Amino acid sequence: MEENIIVIDKEKEREYSYLNLGPTHPATHGIFQNVLKMDGEKIIDAVSTVGYIHRAFEKIAERKPYYQLTTLTDRLNYCSSPINNMGWHMTVEKLIGAQLPKRVEYMRIIVMELSRIADHLICNSIIAVDSGALTGYFYVFEQREKIYEIFEEICGSRLTTNIGRIGGFERDFPEAAWKKIDAFIIEYPKVLKEFEKLLNRNRIFLDRCIGTGPITAEKALSYGFTGPNLRAAGVDYDVRVMNPYSSYEDFDFKVPVGTNGDTYDRYMVRSQEMWESISILKQAVAKCPRTGPYHADIPEFYLPPKNDVYHNMEALIYHFKIVMGETEVPIGEVYHSIEAGNGELGFYLVSDGGRTPYRLHFRRPCFIYYQAYPDMIRNGFLSDAILTMSSMNVIAGELDA
Amino acid sequence: MALAIERVTERIKETFGEDILDVTMNYDIMTYTLKRERIIEVIQFLFDDAEMRFKFLTTMCGIHFPNEKNQLGVIYQLHNMVDNVRIRLKIFFPLEDPVVPTLTNIYPCSNWMEREAFDFFGIKFSGHPKMTRIYNVDEMDYHPLRKEYALEDATREDKDDSMFGRA
Repeated sequence: MEENIIVIDKEKEREYSYLNLGPTHPATHGIFQNVLKMDGEKIIDAVSTVGYIHRAFEKIAERKPYYQLTTLTDRLNYCSSPINNMGWHMTVEKLIGAQLPKRVEYMRIIVMELSRIADHLICNSIIAVDSGALTGYFYVFEQREKIYEIFEEICGSRLTTNIGRIGGFERDFPEAAWKKIDAFIIEYPKVLKEFEKLLNRNRIFLDRCIGTGPITAEKALSYGFTGPNLRAAGVDYDVRVMNPYSSYEDFDFKVPVGTNGDTYDRYMVRSQEMWESISILKQAVAKCPRTGPYHADIPEFYLPPKNDVYHNMEALIYHFKIVMGETEVPIGEVYHSIEAGNGELGFYLVSDGGRTPYRLHFRRPCFIYYQAYPDMIRNGFLSDAILTMSSMNVIAGELDA
Repeated sequence: MALAIERVTERIKETFGEDILDVTMNYDIMTYTLKRERIIEVIQFLFDDAEMRFKFLTTMCGIHFPNEKNQLGVIYQLHNMVDNVRIRLKIFFPLEDPVVPTLTNIYPCSNWMEREAFDFFGIKFSGHPKMTRIYNVDEMDYHPLRKEYALEDATREDKDDSMFGRA
């Protein structure tokens, strides 16, 4: 007789709809999926799926000689490949105990800070795009182009740069690169100022961003947040300050922090960090002599000039040993972390003395903090979820590895 | 005064004594190898203790040594951000019994990292809210980062171990 009784279950009667945000949705800026349980415009729950562009980097790394691994790191956070490249070189240098000349470290800082600007600039302009302001995005992208031109002068490529070698750079910065860096330092602050004028106190932008996708400092830490997203929540953790690498201790810069951990704070922290990066750039350019060594003196790891290989027995031997992987590599394990665009990018390298890593684990900031996304968008609106995602700067390459 | 690494070692040793199998300094990070059964207790102690304060899980990952008795391992890396101390914890266990208690109750961020270790190495984390693969398809019937699975066609002879500096 039960079918004749109508039981009114308030919870069941409510009509939820399910919405696929992704895998290929223009607003996710990458290939990952969120299945949203919606009550009208409100998000009740979300389930994230990642792995759409998983390329098994950790497995491939076990079959790549140390000096060939840079190409994998390029494709982690491809908005700031040079930072990842440098992180990898420094990990190997730590393993083999190489000492770098100051000039090389300053050159690295120039490259890394340029890429940090390129990374933050994309994230911030994308937040603006997702809140409906397209102008600023096109305006700053012209500047990103300038940064890529500098990379092109230095290493020949633009997006996946494969920049630098173990022990330094493959060649010295050409004169054109220095000229472009100098021009960029003068040009960029003007553009950034104007970009900020468009957004920082823009009423529509403020209304859209303040209080969107907030996270407390405690929760951010428990979710493993690092980088600008953690600092926006009020924790002043920056690897550059806490564990200085590549002579960051020689530079004077501030670590901007936010208070609410919401989209606006994340935007502002990135914005302030760009100003700090410009300041670091200026200091580095002033400190770095225009001529001098551009690699460490480690012939067993750094390839000799090709001309020497033809005319010098010692160079020929080193060249052969490096290319054929006959160089002794210490047995051991090393962890090195750097402050990448999105936070602490760590390399956990286990060496068994072979030519390739025995095991290489990447600590990718995106992968770890993206877990918090369902928590951050719950009980909010769909349009806020989009903004929250773009302000977290989730890069699919780093997410899936 | 900032927490010294010697003090961490001292506290861990006096609290867990015999269960700490090995303590070594690897470059700049102190590494403790311990018994699998005690891992949660040790991490909970490091998390709760007013002096230790390891509130941040930097990363964790699996590892496979096919020639050891305890083939599989999990490596944790904790960070005390107040005093800036990093430590590494390791546990090893046999391939036939790859079960490790989950860390999700202490560090929510370990959720996906444990799923990654399961996907790559087949390490099962008991008590995990959703112990499924994270990157690969659910139908996959092996754990690709174990050493027996060659990256390329296993019949190729030009890319065997001897080409990579190993016997």
